[in-house]
Amino acid sequence: MANFNLKINGKTQQLDVDPTTPILWVLRDHLKLVGTKYGCGISQCGACTIHLGDNAVRSCQLPVSAVGNQEITTIEGLSENGDHPVQKAWLEEDVYQCGYCQAGQIMNASAFLKKNPNPTDEEIEGAMNGNICRCGTYIRIKKAIKTAANSKTV
Amino acid sequence: MTKIVTHYNRRSFIKVSAAAGGGMLIGFSWLNGCKSNTPEPEAGVAVPKEWFEINGYIKIGDTGMVTIYSPNPEIGQNVRTSMPMIVAEELDVPWENVVVEQAPLNTGWYQNQFAGGSLSIRLSWNALRMAGATGRRMLMEAAAKEWGLKVTDVTASEGVIKEINGERSITYGEVASKAVGIEVPKEIELKGVKDFKLIGTSVKNVDGEKIVTGKPLFGLDFHRDGMQLAMIQHPPAFGMTVKDFNEAEIKSMPGVKDAFIVDTTVEEPGGFDEKGFKQLIAIVGESTWQLMQAKKALKANWETTGELESSELHVKRLEKALVSGEVQESRRDGNPEAAFKKAAKIIERTYSAPFIAHNTLEPMNFFANVTEDSAELIGPTQTPEALEGSVAKLLNLPLEKVTVNMTRIGGGFGRRLYVHFGVEAAAISKKIGGPVKLIYSREDDMTQGTYRPTYRSVYKAGLDENNNLISFSVKGAGLPEGPVFPNRFPAGAVENYLAEKIKAPTNVTTGAWRAPRSNFTAGAEQAFLDEVAEAAGKDPIDFRLELFDRAIKDPVGEKHEYEAERYAGVLKLVKEKANWGTTKPNVHRGVAAYFCHSTYVAEVFDIIMEKGQPIVEKVWCAVDCGIVVNRDAAENMIQGGVIDGVGHSMYSQLTFENGAPNQMNFDKYQLIRHSQAPKEIEVFFVENEIDPTGLGEPGLPPAIGALANALYKATGQRHYHQPFMTEKQVVG
Repeated sequence: MANFNLKINGKTQQLDVDPTTPILWVLRDHLKLVGTKYGCGISQCGACTIHLGDNAVRSCQLPVSAVGNQEITTIEGLSENGDHPVQKAWLEEDVYQCGYCQAGQIMNASAFLKKNPNPTDEEIEGAMNGNICRCGTYIRIKKAIKTAANSKTV
Repeated sequence: MTKIVTHYNRRSFIKVSAAAGGGMLIGFSWLNGCKSNTPEPEAGVAVPKEWFEINGYIKIGDTGMVTIYSPNPEIGQNVRTSMPMIVAEELDVPWENVVVEQAPLNTGWYQNQFAGGSLSIRLSWNALRMAGATGRRMLMEAAAKEWGLKVTDVTASEGVIKEINGERSITYGEVASKAVGIEVPKEIELKGVKDFKLIGTSVKNVDGEKIVTGKPLFGLDFHRDGMQLAMIQHPPAFGMTVKDFNEAEIKSMPGVKDAFIVDTTVEEPGGFDEKGFKQLIAIVGESTWQLMQAKKALKANWETTGELESSELHVKRLEKALVSGEVQESRRDGNPEAAFKKAAKIIERTYSAPFIAHNTLEPMNFFANVTEDSAELIGPTQTPEALEGSVAKLLNLPLEKVTVNMTRIGGGFGRRLYVHFGVEAAAISKKIGGPVKLIYSREDDMTQGTYRPTYRSVYKAGLDENNNLISFSVKGAGLPEGPVFPNRFPAGAVENYLAEKIKAPTNVTTGAWRAPRSNFTAGAEQAFLDEVAEAAGKDPIDFRLELFDRAIKDPVGEKHEYEAERYAGVLKLVKEKANWGTTKPNVHRGVAAYFCHSTYVAEVFDIIMEKGQPIVEKVWCAVDCGIVVNRDAAENMIQGGVIDGVGHSMYSQLTFENGAPNQMNFDKYQLIRHSQAPKEIEVFFVENEIDPTGLGEPGLPPAIGALANALYKATGQRHYHQPFMTEKQVVG
């Protein structure tokens, strides 16, 4: 066990955990931030996507000891009132079916749009390929990403 | 208006009326610590101080806010929005005033509380309408009584009751307290379909804001103070059981509280108790990561008690079954053998599909809190009633001592019809004497599934010299069940017809996987008919329409399941919408139509080839599911079904070696991804006033046939064996 000070969603969190613990389980088990989902544990499905600084990363294979001072943002901290343009676009397009993968999709899409505010369809597909939606809402996800891009506020 | 007698549903209303005024229906809102009165922030009216039970589905607050209980499990089919919509329609209340809560399992109040067979809306349509209409009528009676009028002197709409020949009006919220004592009407009038205001529109998912902000909704998100976490280890192969393991070492690991072998065998198991491994190693502790480490350190002795099967063996077994297996069920019209002898052309083809896993993105999990004389279960189940029964049997408790509450469910597809993970949680909770949440790893989930069976079918068609289909046969074998629906199309449309269904054994556990058997038969049969149409020199849609024409005018035999007019109807609609018959350079088209779960769907696929890879450019879907309840959500279901069909027929398979699946996670098990999904899917509904049927499953099956037929046009190769993308025949 070891002590860590993590910056998560603008707050500093003190923790005493096994340093190999992936951030996913730190969030879910220790901090009760359960918006970040467990899907595969091997960085294949994207359900656990969070932001480390400005980058979308898979939290299921990111040990707590590797984070250091970098700022972590989870779905709970993406916006204060659930009104990030990507979240609004998801609501607008009524994207989800079961909804389980969508936090990861939203986190990946929001980091992507920050870097590429006007993506082509191919660029969206390439950027989102690591996020599985088992229900098959891919067309709506793509549409929502375009809606968010067109809102010009990302 | 339709008059409907309420008596068959009366038991539920009487029960609730008795509870009203005194006890409150205990709604499930664990997120807020059972503050079942907490409104959603988006609700359009103020938070009530007092709530009044109208019946098991409806609670009205003094401000006019209405809580509607959604009875069935929500697996992504969106019943948590569409079921309350039906109640709200007949209650005639503004949707902005409605908040939705998940009802607990209560077999006295609700019927058919399960998510399976695309049945939620179909089976509850009348009950939901009656619940709303009864509530509206009781509120009207209460208002009339207040005003000294007859109920026929008042009218109710949009949450307000008005005097017909006067100025007085009162809101539902104002009169709700008076409705509690009103007797449940013996007969009730339902709205005419033309008067629907909410049904048929597009209403957004009631959980949308919670989903996009990451609120705890799913079973895996459930937390109760003091609960432990548990993980399990099952034997590495079907045909093996656990003997013992390094218990002392595991128990001494950091964060591990307990480790033991748990037996989940229940007496007289039902269909939903399917599970390959009844004895499991359970490890209990405080954090998931520590439990995962403990799992890795397990050293267990396994015993081989059955055959360790391989995919090679499975194929041989199916081939043998087709030649010499015992036929379980069949249909015979005319004399197919004699007709084949007479035929000018015979086409015979074999189709196959592998085992596949459900792979819901939320792995199996369940919370259980078992005490001496009760059991509380909370989590993602498609069959809460079956779970209640199995837990009661396991623990030897009376049914009423077992409660089941449903969380939102991160995907079902049939996987969570099976209740073993809830039963396992209960067994672990009993052993440790406290609350526990059981969590499966992805590997646990994928390697002890209730898989879609593997299938192999032979289709045969005979054409006469005028290219008329005079004989048709299908012989289907599966491990463990044959994929044949003897009374479905083309039964009824061909003079000489034979369908045979053959079983073959396996110790791999199988079960219902989204549109069981239909997902395979649609792909095989619709690809086969495409080939037969080609051999007959006919357009594939015209060829099918000719057959439907026969089934309409002069049906062969009896008992065929489908209505030929509606079947032909979706084909005609998709033909028109896709401009069938027109061609575009380098765009390749395929069509299929299928009927299952009481819904008719026809699909046209347009494919282009890029670098030797097929890309689905566009899909047109024509759907006849009767009345459409929530239009945009219904489109979403069909789109998802199409993508699911494309994904699994193109990429997914579970293969076996020494009794164990070769694929344990998404690195080896391929699921369809963004770039592989169709670029556009347009959905058209047949407009009619037929009672609604399901949408969870019917969109998927025809996608496989239409895709195979378009792939043939694109590559010149027919695709007989799923997954298509591992077939060598796929070339550019």
